[in-house]
Amino acid sequence: MSCIYILWIRQLTRYVRSRSRMIASLGQPVLYLLALGFGFGPIFQKAGEGNYLQFLAPGVIGMTVLFASMFSGIELIWDRQFGFLKETLVAPVPRILIMLGRTLGGATVAVLQGLIVIVVCSIAGFRPANWAFVPVAFIYMALIGILFTALGTAVASLLSDFQGFQLVMNFLVMPVYFLSGALYPLKNAPAVLEAIARADPLAYGVDGLRGAFLGTWHFGLVTDFGVLIATALLFLVVGAYLFNRIQL
Amino acid sequence: MISARNLTRRFRDLVAVRDVSFNVKKSEIFAFLGPNGAGKSTTIKMLTTLLAPSSGSIEIDGLSPLNQPHEVRKRIGIVFQDPSLDSELTAYENMDFHGVLYHVPKRTRRERIPRLLQVFGLWDRRNNPTKEFSGGMRRRLEIARCLLHTPKIIFLDEPTLGLDPQTRHQLWAQVKQLNQEEQVTVFLTTHYMEEAERVADRIAIIDHGRIIAEGTTEQLKATTAADSLEQAFLSLTGSTIREEEASSLDRMRNMARLFRR
Ligand SMILES: Nc1ncnc2c1ncn2[C@@H]1O[C@H](COP(=O)(O)OP(=O)(O)O)[C@@H](O)[C@H]1O
Ligand SMILES: [Mg+2]
Repeated sequence: MSCIYILWIRQLTRYVRSRSRMIASLGQPVLYLLALGFGFGPIFQKAGEGNYLQFLAPGVIGMTVLFASMFSGIELIWDRQFGFLKETLVAPVPRILIMLGRTLGGATVAVLQGLIVIVVCSIAGFRPANWAFVPVAFIYMALIGILFTALGTAVASLLSDFQGFQLVMNFLVMPVYFLSGALYPLKNAPAVLEAIARADPLAYGVDGLRGAFLGTWHFGLVTDFGVLIATALLFLVVGAYLFNRIQL
Repeated sequence: MISARNLTRRFRDLVAVRDVSFNVKKSEIFAFLGPNGAGKSTTIKMLTTLLAPSSGSIEIDGLSPLNQPHEVRKRIGIVFQDPSLDSELTAYENMDFHGVLYHVPKRTRRERIPRLLQVFGLWDRRNNPTKEFSGGMRRRLEIARCLLHTPKIIFLDEPTLGLDPQTRHQLWAQVKQLNQEEQVTVFLTTHYMEEAERVADRIAIIDHGRIIAEGTTEQLKATTAADSLEQAFLSLTGSTIREEEASSLDRMRNMARLFRR
């Protein structure tokens, strides 16, 4: 237990110390919120879909958690290249605990990041329909965080250097984000897009967040929750398996 | 304390370590001396549970790294050839992190960490992140760290690479002292002959994955009729220069420089 804790603390410490990372990772959500939120707002309204900012904010919060957690997982490449990974791998500790500690740490950082963005969103004018459900949103954020940190760890276990990072960003993270329905309603989307979203775990995360914040679901509370838990468990198992196979 | 029998490790068609056998007794200082690419690090990785041998067997304090990695890991401390500190954490935090991973009780950590940091001259800098440290300070911290869980055996893979003579001197003095006072067994690799000569009780010269000579400095000089270990070394390994390939680590470091600030 104490080694899960120390790995968790390490992730948090690193996050708190790197202010540049904290600020840089807020730039993107703010940009989406302002450019898209205010830019598309009038059209959205005219189309009879209501307030776009309200719709978009849960998507941007989901995105923030996605980016932060994928990054935490992928950070494994840095640890490997700068040597610190060796230190953890030769310790008399089962690797599964190391993987769990890292993942929980990464997920916590991602959720913190998401909380900051909730504040940013509310400054921009976002208002949850019912504050009582915000803790539910917290659970969804935690699930998204765990799921994607585990995925990031799994992917990073297969990559030995930095070049793979761009590949992951372009062919995994961005599609997962854009196809999740974070930016547009799935309700009226073409059938193909809707079908793709069904295969995208983030879609359920964003849908869950929207449900918690606004009380409107596309897939449904139980489906969102079930799919996220199942996928998170799957990725944890795969991540632990791949992490365990790392040779130096 | 350490015994290797017919140890071999292949990487595809390259044989990095070839049929190597040796014994290291308790509280002995044993040096692996060899040029770049001789197979020193590969041997250390096999001894320290990080790499499985292609064939041959190893015993560390009577245990097998392959089948009882956990037990072996508790008994050994390692200073890797490449850096292995967390650069964002402070010296103290790096030590504490290590202590927790090695199940060192909190009270023992509170007591031993300050002592080790003092011994290695890092106490005043304990709250600085290690990215602010010089190469020598990082190396000293790594050595201090590997001693925190009171290992029976320490493995030092080219610990003085890139250090200035003062730091090297100090480092070996500390290793020797530790060996004498706490009977820690030391397995080290180096390609500096004078270091091996000064600290090691016994030396094995390794080249192209093979041990080509083994014994005390005196014995090695005698077998080659040389008057210095350096001459003995050159007469045994020849004088061709071995290039070390630019590792992906170097490439990565260059990339990282671009990304930082
Ligand atoms: N993971 C690896 N894959 C392929 N070749 C390797 C690997 N590790 C080491 N080698 C090769 O094995 C040989 C011995 O390397 P190493 O043990 O690092 O030498 P030394 O530490 O004595 O300089 C070198 O030729 C090196 O290129
Ligand atoms: Mg080496």
